[in-house]
Amino acid sequence: MHTRRHALSASAKLALLLLGAGVLPAAAQAQAAGFNQAAFDAKSLADVMKALGASAPAASGDVTVSAPDIAENGAVVPVGASSLLPGVKRLLVLVEKNPSALSAIFEVSEMVDANFSTRVKMGQSSDVYAVAMMNDGRVLYAKKEVKVTLGGCGG
Amino acid sequence: MADPMRIRAQAAGDKVTVRVLMAHEMETGQRKDAAGKLIPAWYIQQVHAKLNGKDVLSAQWGPAVAKNPFLQFTVRGAKAGDKIAISWIDNHGDTRSDEVVVG
Repeated sequence: MHTRRHALSASAKLALLLLGAGVLPAAAQAQAAGFNQAAFDAKSLADVMKALGASAPAASGDVTVSAPDIAENGAVVPVGASSLLPGVKRLLVLVEKNPSALSAIFEVSEMVDANFSTRVKMGQSSDVYAVAMMNDGRVLYAKKEVKVTLGGCGG
Repeated sequence: MADPMRIRAQAAGDKVTVRVLMAHEMETGQRKDAAGKLIPAWYIQQVHAKLNGKDVLSAQWGPAVAKNPFLQFTVRGAKAGDKIAISWIDNHGDTRSDEVVVG
């Protein structure tokens, strides 16, 4: 009688232990170093600039954003950002009405052209921005409106 | 380990156009599964490109980059026979590196 009660409580403790061990690794999530979480959490163009420590952006014809006029599928929208100006430090791709505006940051080196193409998700019709951060501190942008027929952020 | 990337690098003059197709879910952390629970975010955060072992490009990506991401860029001063290496790291700490010879 005494041994049975003992065995029951022992197995209950063991179950608790196993549960705890299974849950813990999921909570501990590795974060890559050098990733600017604040900028990617920012909701608007102004907030992204603040998180990156940049000045207010000015519209410029020297920055080009290429995107379709109408995107049938918001889950895959081809977007290109480029600039022919010398001295581009970073190129950013932003989608204004996404839950987080910033999509991608490209660090331009002397070895690559300031010309990148990728594909982004868009939750709804919105302006797409290409922002060029220059070595001399200027921040230039170009924008284009993209109409999305089917959003890419819903479940 | 994730599936390999598909990389194509083509030389034209003194420039090389590199096209990369990565295999990754790029889960935003905003979608819900059939039971209504949020699917945790899982996306590539950083991408690095090297030419013959020398860093030429680094990028930071958010969850808004599309599933199975595509990336195109142009490397200056590269020629056929050079090696282009691409690597990424996602928010779980998983990484993948692949290398291709410029054709």
